[in-house]
Amino acid sequence: MTPGQAVRTVLRYASLSLLLAFFALPLLWLAFAPFDRAPQIAVSLPEFTLDNFRDLLDNENALRSLRNSLLLAAGTGAVVVTLSALAAYALSRVRLPGRDALLYALLLLSSIVTGTAAMVPLFNLAYELDLIDSQLGVILVLSGGLLPSAIFILKDFTDATPRSYEESARVFGASPLQIMRHIVVPVIRPGLATIGVWAVAQVWGNFLIPFLLLRSPDKSPAAVVMYTFYTEGGQPDLALISTFSLLYSLPVVLMFLLVSSRYGFRFHGGIKR
Amino acid sequence: MATDAAGLGRRRAAVFVAPALLLVAGFLVLPALWTIYLGATDYQLTGLAAADPQFTGLDNARRALDEDEFTHSLGLTLQFVVGSAVLGQALLGFTIAWLLRDRTGPLRRLVEALVLLAWILPSSVVAFLWIALLDRDGGTLNTLLGSGNTAWLVEHPMASIIVFNIWRGTAFSMMLYAAALGTVPPSQLETARLAGASAWQQLRDVVLPLIRGHVLTNLLLISLWTFNDFTPFLLTGGGPGDATETLPVFIYNTALFGGELGYGAALSVLMLLINLVIALVYTRLLRAREKAAS
Repeated sequence: MTPGQAVRTVLRYASLSLLLAFFALPLLWLAFAPFDRAPQIAVSLPEFTLDNFRDLLDNENALRSLRNSLLLAAGTGAVVVTLSALAAYALSRVRLPGRDALLYALLLLSSIVTGTAAMVPLFNLAYELDLIDSQLGVILVLSGGLLPSAIFILKDFTDATPRSYEESARVFGASPLQIMRHIVVPVIRPGLATIGVWAVAQVWGNFLIPFLLLRSPDKSPAAVVMYTFYTEGGQPDLALISTFSLLYSLPVVLMFLLVSSRYGFRFHGGIKR
Repeated sequence: MATDAAGLGRRRAAVFVAPALLLVAGFLVLPALWTIYLGATDYQLTGLAAADPQFTGLDNARRALDEDEFTHSLGLTLQFVVGSAVLGQALLGFTIAWLLRDRTGPLRRLVEALVLLAWILPSSVVAFLWIALLDRDGGTLNTLLGSGNTAWLVEHPMASIIVFNIWRGTAFSMMLYAAALGTVPPSQLETARLAGASAWQQLRDVVLPLIRGHVLTNLLLISLWTFNDFTPFLLTGGGPGDATETLPVFIYNTALFGGELGYGAALSVLMLLINLVIALVYTRLLRAREKAAS
């Protein structure tokens, strides 16, 4: 090895170690504090205990917020998957006038009109429709924002599936809805799973929309309730916050591992050529 | 090609599309149009103007451009986008992808896992992790650096949320550039190497021209996401004072907290326009590149 190569190797490992430290440092607290008998704000090796989890399981407030998150995520996921599958299939198989222009316009709109820019009218709209402090309102608003991208992605999946199955089913007298249920859905299942996981992850972490539309704490999801743990003045309850954070993070991490092991979580060849 | 294999027919196809379109029209298109209308009124959350808002035309927009608060907030947002997305996430993401490009095994998986974890955890959780990291009394960073009682979020608020957002969002750029680097033919790098090009020259003359499309797509998406990001609110609430009041936080504080719904909507319209400009600039650049390529 020449001196130049040696220097380069050292530099490479040094920069990788720095990167590791930068990304690991904030996460250490989440790994240690939940298992500590008396968690501090600084990271320290825990005096191991599972008491914090026992306390959390007795905390009705915290558990209810996780159930609310689950309800919002599952509700939005179901709406987005069902409606986007129907729409993507129809748009893929039948040429409706102005289809491509419509899809691109909606996609651009959904990436531009985010919750933050349309906060005021969303609040007004929910008020007019009597959907303030309603979990249904949150589900509808979130679905409206996620649907364009979902349709766009799913249409790619349906475009890529062969039509011969549908044709032969039709020869045997199956109705379009039967074809949809028994042939199309099983074939595009990976696409549906991707959309479902993506929608659930988006909703699970979303703070702004429920923060904007829900008023009563017993309907609020974990993202919002957790925020109140540490802003309501006084000393934050570090044991509760750390344990809750870990439990609240676990589902997205598990979902992510599932998706990446089954479908691979990389951009193959990139998004755009 | 669109061939109607299941015998759906146009009418039934329209029925299939309708529910999705209705939701999108109601909760995406309508609010966008409503924002434009509200921005031209003096609508308030409470008081006289709440019952009977008056049409005031461009007054709100003029007020925004005249008042220092808006330009201050816009300036902060630009710092946030350029510092944390364009320079931070894109450069760091590319660096990681470049360092790991021909490497497999546990080190690569560990780096990727940590970077991805920062990206997928819920925002309320990461916000608290950073509050704990930067805490004045006994935060991990002060303990590590021996920097006493530095209140990072108070003394260096913008720098804090910029570094936070780099940490939070680098994963997307890393994955995109890793995929982009995979499309660079090894033979071209080999030829450059044989011709005596240094690593830096290979990067500049072979790799960057080939992945320019990816770079532009990446910059477009992360600029838009960062521009509209509400997460700084969870760290600082816009404070201290208005030191980290980026546009989304400014609109929230004005409209929902301060009750000036009309003015807040006008600010939203300005924000939509800036979003549109960002999108148009990048689409132009992309198209110019495609034309040059063909």
